[in-house]
Amino acid sequence: MATANETKTSSYRVIGTRPIRHDGVDKVTGRAVYGNDVQLPGLLYGRVLRSPHAHARIRSIDTTKAEKLPGVFAVISSADIDPHESKMAELGEGSVNLQYLCENVLARKKVLYKGHAVAAVAAVNAHVAEEALKLIEVDYDPLHAVTWVLDAMKDDAPILIDDLKTEGAPLPHSKGPTNIAQHIVFSKGDIEKGFAEADVIIEREFKSATVHQGYIEPHVATALWSPDGHLSIWASTQGSFTCRQQTAELLALPVSKVTVTPCEIGGGFGGKIRVYIEPIAALLSKKSGRPVKVLMNRADVFESTGPTPGSFIRVKLGAKRDGRLVAGDAWMAYDAGAYPAGIIGPGCVCVFSCYDLPNARVEGFDVVLNKPQTAAYRAPGSTNAAFACETVIEELAEKLGIDPIEFRLKNAAKEGTRRPDGPAYPVIGLVETLKTAKAHPHYSATLEGPNRGRGVGCGFWMNAGLKSSVTAHVNGDGTVTLVEGSTDIGGTRTSIAMQLAETLGITAEEVVPRVVDTDSVGYTDVTGGSRTTFATGWAAHDAAIDIVKQMSARAAEFWKCSPDEVTFDRGLFSSKSHALTFKELAGKIQETGGTITGRASVEAKGVGATFGTHIVDVEVDPETGKVKILRYTAVQDCGRVIHPSYAEGQIQGGVVQGIGWALNEEYVYDADGRMRNASMLDYRMPTAVDVPTIEPVMVEVPNPRHPYGVRGVGEVPICPPPAAIGAAIYNAIGIRMYELPMSPPKVCQAIINEASAK
Amino acid sequence: MVEPIDTTMRLGRRSFLKGSGVAAAAATVAGTMAEEVAHGADAAPPSSGPGAVEITLSVDGKELKSSIEPRVTLLDALRDYLNVTAAKRVCDRGTCGACTVLIDGKSIYACSMLAIEAQGKKITTARGLMKGDELHPIQQIFWEKDASQCGFCTPGFVTACAAVLAKNPKATFEDMKRAVDGNICRCGTYEQMFQVFEQLTGKGA
Ligand code: FES
Ligand code: FES
Repeated sequence: MATANETKTSSYRVIGTRPIRHDGVDKVTGRAVYGNDVQLPGLLYGRVLRSPHAHARIRSIDTTKAEKLPGVFAVISSADIDPHESKMAELGEGSVNLQYLCENVLARKKVLYKGHAVAAVAAVNAHVAEEALKLIEVDYDPLHAVTWVLDAMKDDAPILIDDLKTEGAPLPHSKGPTNIAQHIVFSKGDIEKGFAEADVIIEREFKSATVHQGYIEPHVATALWSPDGHLSIWASTQGSFTCRQQTAELLALPVSKVTVTPCEIGGGFGGKIRVYIEPIAALLSKKSGRPVKVLMNRADVFESTGPTPGSFIRVKLGAKRDGRLVAGDAWMAYDAGAYPAGIIGPGCVCVFSCYDLPNARVEGFDVVLNKPQTAAYRAPGSTNAAFACETVIEELAEKLGIDPIEFRLKNAAKEGTRRPDGPAYPVIGLVETLKTAKAHPHYSATLEGPNRGRGVGCGFWMNAGLKSSVTAHVNGDGTVTLVEGSTDIGGTRTSIAMQLAETLGITAEEVVPRVVDTDSVGYTDVTGGSRTTFATGWAAHDAAIDIVKQMSARAAEFWKCSPDEVTFDRGLFSSKSHALTFKELAGKIQETGGTITGRASVEAKGVGATFGTHIVDVEVDPETGKVKILRYTAVQDCGRVIHPSYAEGQIQGGVVQGIGWALNEEYVYDADGRMRNASMLDYRMPTAVDVPTIEPVMVEVPNPRHPYGVRGVGEVPICPPPAAIGAAIYNAIGIRMYELPMSPPKVCQAIINEASAK
Repeated sequence: MVEPIDTTMRLGRRSFLKGSGVAAAAATVAGTMAEEVAHGADAAPPSSGPGAVEITLSVDGKELKSSIEPRVTLLDALRDYLNVTAAKRVCDRGTCGACTVLIDGKSIYACSMLAIEAQGKKITTARGLMKGDELHPIQQIFWEKDASQCGFCTPGFVTACAAVLAKNPKATFEDMKRAVDGNICRCGTYEQMFQVFEQLTGKGA
């Protein structure tokens, strides 16, 4: 692997500039081809029958009437897919239990949430498909449902999966069946001793509601199972290879028999990694002999695809009078949803990740209950945790009479700080973000008027590395075609191309990035974990180095010298007596042995974690409980910024989602475990009128282990907003909120409670 | 980069059923259904309402014909019957703005109108805002400001903005903001859009 030194130049020409994305025109004209824009001759329309019950046994499924409806080509249920054993399949970022994946795709003996897929139909058009769904007869035996995490942990809770075994740390009192899928314990130092030394101790409990990633493009997959046994899938997925792997495993096909083409994707945020409908489309295609497109509607997306966990968290922190934290204890229970999901893992890692705690203990539970299986959502698990920890930090700072940023600075994690889960930090930038926030004019600006307040909050995300491959072909006109496997969700074609361009000394526009199918590029992990600009960018850098080596050898042939005598600097190849630009030499390569292709596959290590510190001003309407955001500043360590506009866009986008999570978004469940607000009208996401100008402030603490100093950028900005807004609400009206969302009814209720307590 | 949608592959259904040749054709992805290929040609699909009728829609300057049941929305007619895919299907319930098209210059959620109601009207999608190969001035500014992340909401925002400015060329920044408050961008690119609005309205509110 190339090292940073190979390319180090004092100043960059491409990195740090703002070229317009390569696919910009396609996006503004509506020409870009997303999953639902794929059309194939003879296409059939697939629709999925979903459980009306949150928890029920399936006695029988009768599809005969549906099959007879004219225009119906295939009907499937779990009878059409062989069961899988409880076995893990590796997916790069995490792994998946095939039995649970299989049962989530099509329920077998039980349905575990409202919206659980039960059967599917392929028909000549969507209307016929929907009519056919109504003709499928499913006999259910309804069972009690449980949707609150603490209830699901009780001894007498309805049990979802009879043979579920708790993974991880042993449970002291566990007997018999359980909904606890995983039990985590991290500890460091001696918390008893730590709390004994503390002058001030604060302990609080926090609830947060289930929220959805909310990507506006619904899941869609088109499958064509050819008579020769090859399966082609056009999908809206964050990872074409991950999609291929899951689908191949479920359908017992070799991966070489499955081609996944990643279409343009209308958002994912972690929710488009697990497969839901791809195997269904494949089975319908196999049965009908036609290509089949399965499209979810909006209620399906809410009710049947991975929201992120609701949670209960208890955090206790102790500090000395001088403001030094001495001990922390966290007890965290996260929704797994219908099957084990493991978002609790990163939740436990993140809860105390911003602070240097000499003594800490973190205990976490992944709890199965009657909601859709939870999935990653932008820094999965971290936002819930940050809301809890940061709120207690605020209260401690207040009690100790220390400025909240100053208090955080006294305790901030830095290089060498060991987290409770074990690892010690390499170079990180939390302190820099705190100092920058403190010095920012927003922090010292006067905020006048009643019911207005300012708050701050910090957040952390670890980021991912994983595997990426690229190939890069040098064209005769000096351009380079960059072939990659990373789905481009927010501009990564460009941020990756820029790293190739920088290394080759050409412009970003001279790189032609192509995101291709799984047969046309080497294995590449998902676009997730804030890893794409980091890891696929790294691969692009290495492929460029490969090109430079090969082109230097060609230049040496021309100049009849040894390759060692050829040097390369910023797009210019030279020897003692000759020089050719990259473009000039590219024009000659066909005369000296033909095309040059650079290639690289990386398993990127040296991931750099990211921190953010946010400042927010709010105004609370005491009559309605509505919270208005007046001003927002988000300071973040971005490592070296490749494309400033895209890094800023990620920060702003994360903050907008964080504001939605803080103030409005939640799954509302009834007593029978049915979601009551599965529409975009009732599940309210922020629109242009809800958000103020969000000022991103980028601090660059380059990651010393990446060739260009890249850290991930995209996820951490969602973490601080709920805590920062909670602090601002407190400073506005003197009431602390311990539950998300801090929506008008909840704020109103808190105001009423406070008044009646007086 | 993205293949343009109108890569037309004139393949009939029967040839598909023969298999492999089409698998290869299909592998070239996208936009393969020619306008001439009748939709759902297999059998008259059953209908719980009145049957399909021949309709002509004027879309992006072209007269497109298809046989469509009265229950089909304009959005589905455009996307599934006429292979015009710039308007996006997100909620299908008039709550997100992604399907916004112009009907005689006014912005309409295509998911909330029936195709038969749109006969005789001029339908314009984001694609049709272009003049030949040239971007519409609004598209030009969206492009220059690079105001998208995933881009799925973009055609809806572009058409919604075009409608406001067509109606009131002097629209203010606040007018623009209000005009798109029915559009959701989950990637949260509102800040970039505000910059677009500033440019469109010749500086803020
Ligand atoms: S799809 Fe028409 S408004 Fe959402
Ligand atoms: S750019 Fe993704 S929804 Fe707007």
